[in-house]
Amino acid sequence: MTKIKTRRDLERLREEGERELFPPHGKILVGMASCGLAAGADKVYIKIAKGLERHGLNFTIGKTACLGFCSREPLVELRIPSGLRLIYQQIDEEKADTLVAAWSRNDLTPEWALCQIQGEKGEPYLLSPALRQISSDRDLNFYSKQRKVVLRNCGLIDPLNIKEYIACGGYFSLYKALQMSPSEIIEEVKRSGLRGRGGAGFPTGKKWELCYRAPGTKKYVICNADEGDPGAYMDRSILEGNPHSVIEGMIIGAYAIGADEGYIYVRAEYPLAVKHLRIAIAQAKELGLLGKDILGSGFSFRLHVFEGAGAFVCGEETALIASIEGRRGQPRPRPPYPVESGLFGKPTVINNVETWANVPLIIAQGAEWFRSVGTPRSPGTKIFSLTGKVKNTGLVEVPMGITLRELIFEIGGGPPEGKQFKAVQIGGPSGGCLPAELLDLPIDYESLTQAGAMMGSGGMVVVDEDTCMVELARFFLEFTQAESCGQCPPCRLGTKRMLEILTRITQGRGKPRDLSLLEELALGVREASLCGLGRTAPNPVLTTLRYFRSEYEAHLEGKCPAKFCRALLAYQIDPELCVGCGLCARACPQRAIFGEKGKPHRIELRLCVRCRACVSACPKGAITAR
Amino acid sequence: MKGDKEGLKLEKVLSRWPREPHNLIPLLQAVQDNFHYLPPEALDEVAQYLKIPLSRVFGVATFYAQFTLSPRGKRHIRICLGTACHVKGGTEIVKKVAEKLGLRPGETSKDLEVSLEIVRCLGCCSLAPVMVIGGRLFGRLTPDKALHLIENFYDQDQNSERS
Repeated sequence: MTKIKTRRDLERLREEGERELFPPHGKILVGMASCGLAAGADKVYIKIAKGLERHGLNFTIGKTACLGFCSREPLVELRIPSGLRLIYQQIDEEKADTLVAAWSRNDLTPEWALCQIQGEKGEPYLLSPALRQISSDRDLNFYSKQRKVVLRNCGLIDPLNIKEYIACGGYFSLYKALQMSPSEIIEEVKRSGLRGRGGAGFPTGKKWELCYRAPGTKKYVICNADEGDPGAYMDRSILEGNPHSVIEGMIIGAYAIGADEGYIYVRAEYPLAVKHLRIAIAQAKELGLLGKDILGSGFSFRLHVFEGAGAFVCGEETALIASIEGRRGQPRPRPPYPVESGLFGKPTVINNVETWANVPLIIAQGAEWFRSVGTPRSPGTKIFSLTGKVKNTGLVEVPMGITLRELIFEIGGGPPEGKQFKAVQIGGPSGGCLPAELLDLPIDYESLTQAGAMMGSGGMVVVDEDTCMVELARFFLEFTQAESCGQCPPCRLGTKRMLEILTRITQGRGKPRDLSLLEELALGVREASLCGLGRTAPNPVLTTLRYFRSEYEAHLEGKCPAKFCRALLAYQIDPELCVGCGLCARACPQRAIFGEKGKPHRIELRLCVRCRACVSACPKGAITAR
Repeated sequence: MKGDKEGLKLEKVLSRWPREPHNLIPLLQAVQDNFHYLPPEALDEVAQYLKIPLSRVFGVATFYAQFTLSPRGKRHIRICLGTACHVKGGTEIVKKVAEKLGLRPGETSKDLEVSLEIVRCLGCCSLAPVMVIGGRLFGRLTPDKALHLIENFYDQDQNSERS
């Protein structure tokens, strides 16, 4: 391909890309991001490809990434030239065969469809009676409450086809930005009010301005894609589904601050994201969008992919820099901040994946457009990964300021199997657990921090009545304690002591003084730790102590209200239900169950080790925990 | 290195990288890609190649979870215990699989056939609980499904996730 020099060149590629996005003979797409693959999408793809051949159907078959509705994976799309997109859900190999056979008979199989996605003109397509049975994505709660801005091309385009990205307006922002002066770009980003999507919420434009003003000719930009928060995967999804949006954002940022080199630091646990990034960078280079004299502007920029090696603490910016420099990922005190002295001692801007992906949109549509969504202090949208005990798990993009209730109950559908919602854990190990009373809290940086949680990267794990909050706090402490880099004592020792206390409480060995000791330690670790990891590690403990104190107290009295902590459970046999078959006694490894054949048995609790073997063995369901 | 052949292989891996200390991590990753672990002799070679102290190489190799100084099994099983997997019963899967294989998390079988590892979040939380065998991801697991997969799934290419 020849290098792009003019807007006309871009327009030409846009036209080519549009034809590939909506080919005249129709197109089949299989969602093949990591989550699709985990659900078996690769096998479905092969089945469909073979089926199309067998039935002589003249559809193009292609791969796309994630449409966000992960609980319905694998998703298959039928795209008709008029612009209609039909999404089929939970298609396995067997269904794939039947589906292709049905298509060959002009049968759209509406009963397997999830929805139809409306076309550009805003109206759902209602072409035939069969289509009328398929609801529009606007009628699905999961999609109707969302506002897809950053994710709008994920699942639409083939992430490995740069032309399809250009067809959706991609790289036109870069073209526009290169006609602007660096300070004009920084001013626009500042006016947009965009704040860092990695968690802390620092104003992006201000960060750029500080770096722009920092003395020195060599500067760097870095994309933080070390998405370590368990329960968050929006960065993976953007990198897998639309890698060019991040690359374009970084080129614009580099031009604005005067950097000629950049790094994308990706977790090694995301092999597909790394692969897509490398391919996308090579494509951008080939078209002259990266490298020397970009779009004939005289501006040059090199971009590298750096694979992380598995350390949660490297999500902290100074630790990440140390890692790229080839050292242990240990944070250092700030100031100086990276905007003054960052990578190799040079001024550096570090932004998160989602932040970079917002940049081209702001340049294309302006700061006012960006501010029209969200709240005055937290403008724009935010992507959340909704997981755990909720019906519709997946990746959702919503305007800032939406309430937790809307997100969890309207989009997510609430907990499955009629269970009671107990709490939502926001922001990973650095965040907090918020109870049902706070469901009407608007989601923005300030409200969440005030409630004791934090935005974090946007992980949202819903837990129901079966989850023990003390055990959940212990789980997070186990994580942060293991991931503490060990450099500063408050974090290294404090998290260890807190974990010990939490472990003993869940094992029924808690002492009356433990709760106040835990609180004291948590506040100390929060105050005295060097970096964000230690300063936020106590959040899960502090929030559960604040909102679920009664559960802690119950543990001290020898009870686990969620019936989760094994050491605190007492198993008993209901004499009404027991038929005296003796299966439980035979299953018991401790010989702790006594009774005569045909008569109700009983468990000797002093011998019981709570292995639950008897519960599984009982045919009558007579054994329960108390 | 143990044999000349392996020594030559290592030399070839190293020669692809400029001798700059900041290349330490990608270099160690390349070595581990080749040998499936970091042999002690290789650490020495890397230190000499980059002209940095062995202590620094060792420090980095032991800091990051990705690196392992002991050989891993041919079939590397990684079970996720991120938050979503934990809430949805990942712990029970680890327990059952560990029992079945007779290995504790982090261990490798004596015949170097299988190794078991716990990872924190593979980013497939919506299909929790998940695990990876070789390079393949499996989601929506139950203990029985996990055991069945471990018995029946043999990944042809150990490195398919990287290719």
